[in-house]
Amino acid sequence: MTALPMVEAIRLALGRAMEDDPDVVLLGEDVGLDGGVFRATDGLFKRFGEQRVLDTPLSEAGIAGLAVGLAAQGLRPVLEIQFTGFIYPALDQIVNHASRLRTRTRGRLTCPMVVRSPCGGGIRAVEHHSESPEAMFAHVPGLRVVIPSSARRAYGLLLAAIRDPDPVVFLEPTKLYRLSKEEVEDDGTALPLDRCFVLREGRDVTIVAWGAMVHEALDAATRLAAAGVSAEVIDVATLKPLDAGTIVASVAKTGRCVVAHEAPLTAGYGAEVAARLAEHALLNLIAPVVRVAGWDTVMPLPRLEHHYLPNAARIAAAARKVMTFR
Amino acid sequence: MAIAAKRKGKADEPDAAPADLLRYYREMLLIRRFEEKAGQMYGMGLIGGFCHLYIGQEAVVVGMQAAITPQDAVITSYRDHGHMLACGMDPAGVMAELTGRRGGYSRGKGGSMHMFSKEKNFYGGHGIVAAQVPIGTGLAFGFKYRGQPNVCLTYFGDGAVNQGQVYESFNMAQLWKLPVVYIIENNKYGMGTSVERASATTEFHQRGAAHGIPGEAVDGMDVLAVKEAGERAVAHARTGKGPYILEMKTYRYRGHSMSDPAKYRSKEEVERMRTQHDPIEQLAKVLGERGIADEATLKKLDREVKDIVSAAAEFAQNSPEPDPAELFTDVLLEA
Repeated sequence: MTALPMVEAIRLALGRAMEDDPDVVLLGEDVGLDGGVFRATDGLFKRFGEQRVLDTPLSEAGIAGLAVGLAAQGLRPVLEIQFTGFIYPALDQIVNHASRLRTRTRGRLTCPMVVRSPCGGGIRAVEHHSESPEAMFAHVPGLRVVIPSSARRAYGLLLAAIRDPDPVVFLEPTKLYRLSKEEVEDDGTALPLDRCFVLREGRDVTIVAWGAMVHEALDAATRLAAAGVSAEVIDVATLKPLDAGTIVASVAKTGRCVVAHEAPLTAGYGAEVAARLAEHALLNLIAPVVRVAGWDTVMPLPRLEHHYLPNAARIAAAARKVMTFR
Repeated sequence: MAIAAKRKGKADEPDAAPADLLRYYREMLLIRRFEEKAGQMYGMGLIGGFCHLYIGQEAVVVGMQAAITPQDAVITSYRDHGHMLACGMDPAGVMAELTGRRGGYSRGKGGSMHMFSKEKNFYGGHGIVAAQVPIGTGLAFGFKYRGQPNVCLTYFGDGAVNQGQVYESFNMAQLWKLPVVYIIENNKYGMGTSVERASATTEFHQRGAAHGIPGEAVDGMDVLAVKEAGERAVAHARTGKGPYILEMKTYRYRGHSMSDPAKYRSKEEVERMRTQHDPIEQLAKVLGERGIADEATLKKLDREVKDIVSAAAEFAQNSPEPDPAELFTDVLLEA
């Protein structure tokens, strides 16, 4: 077993999925010969050929529609959209068609496609190269929304997403692509979708996060422990459908919850987590649920990025605030 | 209009066998009577929402269907009832979907615009103008990927030709030589706006020129002209030469949908198309001239078709409503 950065674990999973199933097709802008803007598909073109690793024109709506057609034929297209800001032209196909094929055909046709896209900030790229549109997709019935936060989870969740019979929006935090390494065994084992992962157990406060914020949450938990506060950290991983049970059970124990995400605060996915807790854990709550999020602004230019992105300090401060409720 | 004069085939080659001509007549008539009934049922409040009738355009789908095999795929926009019937889908199942009943093709959850049949290789019924074009291109890609010798007929209207997705698709289809035939049903109006008022150029069969895609204009009111052009286009796509564009000059007699005040065209124009260019009347004339069917035979056919449509309407009214529990089914695969 070797320790890999997340982007290499993604490549490993793509190669494994293609090896296992000739119906898996990769397509996207520069994914073939060039190996992808973040090198996620590097080497796959040579290994599997241009029939299966397809360099497409710059036509996001067109290639998303093409993928829906492939999926309707029973193939398993894995589409890379170069940055989440480029995904908006493809929304028509993802929202109006991919997500509804099962319903419209009553399951006679399904849409087993994966839309991979690098997301989130922290790499000093301008707005549409740094956005976090997960709540937008989570709002759409018929889509799964998955965000990995480590190499091992990226490998297992991507394999699960590709094997899933329904469309999955798979958002990959760019900041995590090469942030750290983790041992990944390329044995083709998928991780379960629709499940949260409890990464650190604690008694006093539950910190809920996904993507790059998971690392800030873990860092915050370490800082809190030094101050005598025991924090539980949950990686949501699959945002839709949400494994609310794991979060509710945790808050039933801790009585306090901080939700952290990069996306703007208003109508962000943190609101969904807070609402679920209000519905299912109100009487367990000792303190209000606090959201630590991006501001309600456009993702700022690089020099201001660190003022925008939530970090361990802000998460720890929020946790200390909820700890004042006894 | 004399049908035979306009076709490009050699004069001494028969365009279709007598039995085939009768079949085209019957299929066009079935679509006509089905749509008349659907319009009637809409008026009675039995069909909700929107309903886009195909009356006037029947020759397009019947002629194109005659040019393909049952293993080829078909995809279209929301004016889709005719395409489904031409593909051989059951009129009762289509009508019951219009009434939103359990017996419908999507068991009451698809409606007029969203029906599919995997068995008949009909991939919908799509309500977003032009969104079916890249999907159809993908279906063609699927055939090529799997090495199947099939083509995908991808229909869209004159309103869709100005959408960007169409040109993204043209580029990919020609780049990868995909087996797709793009059929532009130019019925002269995108809802209430004429093509002249919406398009900088109106020779839509030339819209693939920038991508090197051949195209031709076809008299879409003449089923035999459609079939002949269709065979040429399908042969091109099937033999690895890539996409082909057919612009069908056609006409819809009814409104865009059932609620259409029709302020954008004159009654005289509609009347002229009905009396001088009707696809069914034109073929009836050919059948008579060639001694294939006399008036009595055609009347008998009409009765048979009406019986099928009546039975479909009967089924569509009596099929039970979907259970409320159906609200929650078929969103994602149930674990």
